[in-house]
Amino acid sequence: MAYSQRINGWLRKLPAWPLYFLLPIPGIYTFVLALLNQLGPDPLYELIRTFGERGLQLIILTLLISPIRRWTGVSLLKFRRAIGLVSFYYICGHMLVWIAIDQGWNINTIIEEIIKRPFITVGMFGFLTMVPLAITSNNYSIRKLGALVWNKIHRLVYLAGAAGVIHYLLVVKAWPMEPIVYTLIVALLLAIRVWWKINKKKKKPA
Amino acid sequence: MVKFNSEYSHADVTPKSYWLNRRKLMMGGAGAVLASPFAGSVLGKAFPSPIASPYSIDQEPHSFEDITTYNNFYEFGTRKGDPAKHAHNLTTEPWSVKIDGLCDNPGEYSVHELIEKYSVEERIYRLRCVEAWSMVVPWIGFELGKLIEDSLPDSKAKFVAFETLVRPEEMVGQRSGFLDWPYREGLRLDEAMNPLSILSVGLYGELMPNQNGAPIRLVVPWKYGFKSIKSIVKITFTEEMPPTTWNDQNPREYGFYSNVNPNVSHPRWSQAAERVIGTGLFAKKIPTLMFNGYEEHVAHLYEGMDLAENY
Repeated sequence: MAYSQRINGWLRKLPAWPLYFLLPIPGIYTFVLALLNQLGPDPLYELIRTFGERGLQLIILTLLISPIRRWTGVSLLKFRRAIGLVSFYYICGHMLVWIAIDQGWNINTIIEEIIKRPFITVGMFGFLTMVPLAITSNNYSIRKLGALVWNKIHRLVYLAGAAGVIHYLLVVKAWPMEPIVYTLIVALLLAIRVWWKINKKKKKPA
Repeated sequence: MVKFNSEYSHADVTPKSYWLNRRKLMMGGAGAVLASPFAGSVLGKAFPSPIASPYSIDQEPHSFEDITTYNNFYEFGTRKGDPAKHAHNLTTEPWSVKIDGLCDNPGEYSVHELIEKYSVEERIYRLRCVEAWSMVVPWIGFELGKLIEDSLPDSKAKFVAFETLVRPEEMVGQRSGFLDWPYREGLRLDEAMNPLSILSVGLYGELMPNQNGAPIRLVVPWKYGFKSIKSIVKITFTEEMPPTTWNDQNPREYGFYSNVNPNVSHPRWSQAAERVIGTGLFAKKIPTLMFNGYEEHVAHLYEGMDLAENY
């Protein structure tokens, strides 16, 4: 524990706010490359894929913070809000590029696609689960809602993670590596929660 | 129907430089250069002045870079850039194509022999991927029908099956099982005999770059790209419809025919329009054409068939 205490000491000195600027940089970089036509022969696909994948990576990162704290004692809690919010920005970008550029704001076909294509339905569902998370990711909401309710709402992130990987698995052909790896990681992180819950119940009567 | 009569002699169509280049390369012991996807460009073009074909479309082909850096060739990985990254490991010399099954004249030919025997020409074709993107490629090749005629398929032969090389040491994608190797494809015999169907050995006047299916691949421009099987080692005449890779993988999504058809959507996305590769982020999609624009040449093959059922 001595090490983790020391690390936590250092982490306390680090502010979380720079993450709001640092984490979006790779996305902005990809977007600029796309605008400059430097993103290969199919920039639209590449841009959509990159935004989606970065969003998913950050969601996974937020899911890792609790297990890291339990197992190593290192607490990254103060960074979780920033990571979560930026993951939401990426998913917004992912969806906006699809709506604005790929579908050209054609509302009728967009609605049709959301209904007709399971991978888009699931993706849209995942996005919707993130909206309440994003809206309540501030201290005011925690005070207003109370920690208990707020915590319950924020369990929606489990649904968001699951929807994200299912969406990814559904969009690809055959069984490429990346979506399978992300799915295994998310499945593991969700299984850990279930395991904790079971253990907690077992301990209670004692 | 367009008729194609060549006034050229055989010597005109098999460019001498092709053989010269090969020899020079071999004498130099430059196996590495030969294996490089751009071997042709090292010492001048392999097919410096290919014959134009009336089957070519009147459209500017995509750049050599677009064609050679963006494609699917799952034997080398699942991302579009993977083939360009990994295909240089593929040894394409020596290479032979085996012809067997229900025919009276089976055989095994090197790619050199095939190029020498059949007149290669340039075919500028549209390529429409099942993923709803497209490009225009100036292939070099010869009509598959000519090879079929010479193989004398017997009266029972109704289909032609194709197989890609399996060599996981050189084809990194084959070390994973995301598809069932070898990659297999098939055509109905009359589809294979259609003059649009070619075996392609190069593009842009160069030998076929490894990532595009060296040294010899099928091109059937009115079907989705995955039907145009790459790096072929075997062609078999069969009576029954042969199993094909994507159809086996997901029969609901990839039919045996897989003709380009804007009216029949893929279960997961629309096929009505396509993104033209290399036109930038904000380029408008273009409407996809029935049979990829080759309706006049191939529609008769499917007369009376329900194309929504036989997708």
